[in-house]
Amino acid sequence: MAANIIRQKMTTTRFVRKTLIPVLLEVLAVLLLLVFFFPFWMVIVNAAKPLSEIILRPMSLPSDWLNIWRNFLEIIGRDNIDYFSSFVNSVIITSASLIAIGVFSGMAAWVLVRTKTKYSNWIFLIFLAGMVIPFQVVMLPLVRLLQELKNFTGIPFKDTYHGVVMAYIAFGAPLSVFLFHGFIKSIPIDVEEAAIIDGCTKSQVFFRVVLPILKPIFMTLLVLNGMWIWNDYLLPVLVIGLGGDTKTLPLSVANLAGFYDKEWGLILTSVLMAALPILILFFFAQKHIIRGMTSGAIK
Amino acid sequence: MYRILLGTMAIVFLPIFSMVRLFRRLITKKSNQTTLPAHQASDTSKKAPSYAVRFWRDNWFGDTDKSQNNRVFFWFLVPAFGSFLLFVILPFIQGLYLSMTNWTGLNTGREVFIGLENYAKIFADFRFVFSFFRTFAYSVLNILVINVVAFLLALLVTQNLKFKNVYRAGFFMPNLIGGLVLGYIWQFIYNRALTSLGGAFATSVLQRGDTALVGLIAVVTWQYAGYIMMIYIAAIQNIPQDLVEASTIDGANSFQKLRTITFPLVAQAFTVAMFLTLITSFKQFDTVMSLTQGGPPMVLPEWFGNFFGLTTLPVVNSTNLVAINIYQTAFTNYSLGEGQAKAIVFFFILLVVSLIQVQYNKKKEVEF
Repeated sequence: MAANIIRQKMTTTRFVRKTLIPVLLEVLAVLLLLVFFFPFWMVIVNAAKPLSEIILRPMSLPSDWLNIWRNFLEIIGRDNIDYFSSFVNSVIITSASLIAIGVFSGMAAWVLVRTKTKYSNWIFLIFLAGMVIPFQVVMLPLVRLLQELKNFTGIPFKDTYHGVVMAYIAFGAPLSVFLFHGFIKSIPIDVEEAAIIDGCTKSQVFFRVVLPILKPIFMTLLVLNGMWIWNDYLLPVLVIGLGGDTKTLPLSVANLAGFYDKEWGLILTSVLMAALPILILFFFAQKHIIRGMTSGAIK
Repeated sequence: MYRILLGTMAIVFLPIFSMVRLFRRLITKKSNQTTLPAHQASDTSKKAPSYAVRFWRDNWFGDTDKSQNNRVFFWFLVPAFGSFLLFVILPFIQGLYLSMTNWTGLNTGREVFIGLENYAKIFADFRFVFSFFRTFAYSVLNILVINVVAFLLALLVTQNLKFKNVYRAGFFMPNLIGGLVLGYIWQFIYNRALTSLGGAFATSVLQRGDTALVGLIAVVTWQYAGYIMMIYIAAIQNIPQDLVEASTIDGANSFQKLRTITFPLVAQAFTVAMFLTLITSFKQFDTVMSLTQGGPPMVLPEWFGNFFGLTTLPVVNSTNLVAINIYQTAFTNYSLGEGQAKAIVFFFILLVVSLIQVQYNKKKEVEF
């Protein structure tokens, strides 16, 4: 009798451990996922409603999904939004900055590692110090400096591609140089010496031998800096300005929200249009993006 | 101004030097081919070049290994380090000076040095001190909530689940969207969607001074927890399995395993995650800007008013965090010098707080 009870007890605990708990955890995860997706759902649903419907029934399904297309056309049509040009600006600024940050900080990190003088140590330390400077401390003098540079050289820096990209190089360089520096130290110098014996000049050694080896860190930085630059608001709003010719996507969303304060249909459609490119990218390069963001943080 | 002059001179003249060198090299190559003997003869008749000429030839313009190395060193550093010096270090130094001037948007270039007056003013300004206090409170709550949520999520998705990659990607997704855009989404949800439910939700959390901060924390947690979760996942997966097995044999239950194995071995990830959340909470700007614009008004708490000796309690903005306060001082009130002073105080406090945090957490880490 006693043995029977013990056996029964064991099967029930076994049942709980092997079947019930995993199922409960699975259900819990799905529920949490639904909670996390709720805001996205609200955006999609309400982008497809006219204003009256949004006010009356924000939670329900839209009566006509085609409204999303009409809102979309309206946003493209408005001159003061300039969706397409701001999208193109965002793409140009982000990709130019990413490539420039990657290559230039790789170059800087390489010479800093391979040249062992007191200068290289000092310069590396200055880069490190730059990592702790928050943008807020630099922003006011920076705006003033850009104006002074224009007065002095005659070249405009505000609201131009090169101005924004240079600013991004400056703010992206410390972290990138730091990550590259750590990685390059682990590359054996023999590879570079072999290249020199084969007749490479010093700069060829970098571009033909070292840069291909840097690829994994390059990808990490592409993701880290890309997410930051694509979504950044404070630097563009200061360097480009809300009404600038080279305004990026976040600026044009802010513009639209400022113009049409309560027209939620339009605002949410523009939010959707701003988020969509990066979400699509995420579906294709999920592994790289997640790995890039986490490994960058841990280093 | 003279700093800009020096920088520009370096940027303009060094390329010119290099061009001259290249050009000369081309010319000498040609002459070498044609009149080598004559060239050599004339060379010996000249007197030896001065020290300065020799120095520049050997270290910079010549074809020796040393000058080649120096040139590569310089040219490889210029793009990154030059723009970094020009756009980060130079404004930072300028900012130290500008925070001690009466700079406003209108008198740019004619501002006057006024010593530490701005600093005295901002420390006596209860609005600024209160916004610091709000930022501290917000950061502490935010760090706690984000890390707890992220750690629980990480524990959940490292279990043996069927679609764990889907869950991970799903929890991570809000992090892809920029803070500004997120703010608009949640403004809609708080002010339109939830209020339509009525009942407890009838007044939006963003419209009440005492709850707006909670609303903000919920948004930032939604955005950031997935990212921090990824860091914890990486750490949890790094725990050696033999330790877990050994504890199972010893009869530890899952809570004991969590306390004695997972926590100590994930401590390093805690340091990283706390540091990241601390920095982002302190610098929070875009989300607040689009969500509340500094937030609904609230009456200053009494104990805070007493601290500043205020007899009537004034109305302050409830989500006016330091980053927002600096921005508004500079671009709404046009007190740029004062804003810069605030920014510098902000910088030093952030530096000290993050150093303390890292030091404190480092003590708790375990090597394995």
